[in-house]
Amino acid sequence: MGTDRRLTRLRAHEMARGLRAGAFSARELVDAHLELAHATDRGLHAWLFLDDARARARADLADRRLAEARRAGPEALAALPPLLGIPVALKDLVVTRGQSSTAGSRILQGFVGPFDAHIAERIDAAGGVVLGKTNMDEFAMGSSTEHSAWGPTANPWDLGRVPGGSSGGSAAAVAAYHCAVAIGTDTGGSIRQPAALCGIVGMKPTYGRVSRYGIVAFASSLDQVGPFGRDVRDAAALLQTVAGRDERDSTSSPLPVPDYLADLPADDDAAARAVRGLRLGLPREYFVPGMEPGVEARVREAVQTLASAGAEIVDVSLPHTDYGLATYYIIAPAEASANLARYDGIRYGWSVRDGDVLANYLATRGAGFGDEVKRRIMLGTYALSAGYYDAYYVKAQKVRTMIKGDFDAAFERVDAIVAPTSPSVAFPLGARLDDPVAMYLSDACTLPVNVAGLPGISIPCGLSGGLPVGLQIIGRPWDEGRLFRIARAYEAVTADADWRRLEPSDLPALADPAIRPPRLPGATAQT
Amino acid sequence: MAILSRADVAHVAHLARLGLTDAELTLLEGQLNHILDQYRVLSELDTTAIPPTAQTIELENILREDTPGSSLTPEEALAGAPERQGDYFVVPVVVEGAD
Repeated sequence: MGTDRRLTRLRAHEMARGLRAGAFSARELVDAHLELAHATDRGLHAWLFLDDARARARADLADRRLAEARRAGPEALAALPPLLGIPVALKDLVVTRGQSSTAGSRILQGFVGPFDAHIAERIDAAGGVVLGKTNMDEFAMGSSTEHSAWGPTANPWDLGRVPGGSSGGSAAAVAAYHCAVAIGTDTGGSIRQPAALCGIVGMKPTYGRVSRYGIVAFASSLDQVGPFGRDVRDAAALLQTVAGRDERDSTSSPLPVPDYLADLPADDDAAARAVRGLRLGLPREYFVPGMEPGVEARVREAVQTLASAGAEIVDVSLPHTDYGLATYYIIAPAEASANLARYDGIRYGWSVRDGDVLANYLATRGAGFGDEVKRRIMLGTYALSAGYYDAYYVKAQKVRTMIKGDFDAAFERVDAIVAPTSPSVAFPLGARLDDPVAMYLSDACTLPVNVAGLPGISIPCGLSGGLPVGLQIIGRPWDEGRLFRIARAYEAVTADADWRRLEPSDLPALADPAIRPPRLPGATAQT
Repeated sequence: MAILSRADVAHVAHLARLGLTDAELTLLEGQLNHILDQYRVLSELDTTAIPPTAQTIELENILREDTPGSSLTPEEALAGAPERQGDYFVVPVVVEGAD
């Protein structure tokens, strides 16, 4: 094959060290990832496209920057950005100039970006190498990546199961070693839940931490961009790269972004000290009766581990948790119905000409949107329509105040909250497709965090029935640094755990050239 | 308990400019009513004294200098147009009597 697949097993910070030491080049690193992604994505379908030529050109550019810094001396080498030469994936809703962005929807088929999203500019400037774009639930609406117009993504731990969603392609690509880190977006759990189900790290930052300029909008008071990585430091390096004020997104915060990596020591003993004396809240409402016993057991063990490392565990109550689902599923569809009004078949994207203007709208949108997106547009349009606006939308906004108030009260007593990320491990493909409410419940533990605008991180905390379980840590606004430190401490104290040595169990199956693409039960065979 | 009739579903689809098939209308009638049933829990809460929250971060009046900058060229703006004529997007006639 000519490339060294062992390079793909490294963490991004290990790749960065190797690049600076001259152990391998960015081109070798990127070639190894592209080769693995091409060879093993057929059964996974994490990618909607790989852009080999652009990635190789970017890798060569990174090698030139490395060579220049090497000539200039150790200080110049140390000053290079951590993402330089590192293979990155973008979720398919990140617009980039000259490349496709469909947001998983037929209605954006053929759309080529005329500009770069802010975060794409930042990743480029830092020397990160974007390999391509990853599969997702259409317009980020879903918890399984089955609602993609281009077919589902599988979970590398069990190819018969979902990777979570909506950023399932990004999570699966990182878990399957196709790239070191990836960008996702999280409106109700779309980074944290797939991170949990694929056994990797994923963070949803505080609302406003990352600019959304150039990100296809779903629900504008909830959407936030965030990183995936195979460990905490890698995720922190990617957030560091993209976070901060951008004039083109008026909701992006002018608050300074701390140096996350400076407080995340490589040394496990030093990292573990970060939780000593911290007060961590355990919300009783997050351990719901429907939760899988294996998930609850792993999460409670993880909380015990944090206690053993010196954290004080405090029982807290978030009494309006049970109202989160209804609140979210009014606000998010309402905002989506407004955001998605722009897809008119006139200026760009899918277009069906069927007579007059109204007929064109009906035909274009009827054929261009998938079932889940239509469902949400219908819910949102209804909730905002005359006579129902107060009963649904304003009511949900008031309950939103109460949910946020729960967190505000809890954070007067504790430094962070620990909870499950998802009430279940990865579920079988097709299992929740016919029951929207069952699918919506997949995000019961994550969506209150979006409703309140808070940061949350999901980190792996073991397996249940051979499938990954995620621990969620929720913080005060702008407290991403503390979440990373707690997550890194947990990583440090569990560094020797047996489950940390396990790779996704279906990686060998993905290497079989005869493997078939993932399919939904009952769907006609893809060729 | 149905909140939306089939005629209501068709009306909302029209408001949303979604062309739906009969089969889709039938499926959505059931699914939307099931989802709306879940919303009922909110009526348990007395929210008369609670202000609504539209967004969660305390930013207000974010302004920037109104300075000229670069923007898309007509070619770039029209590159994705399903149908164009010169520097215009083509739409069906919307004003009676226009040619």
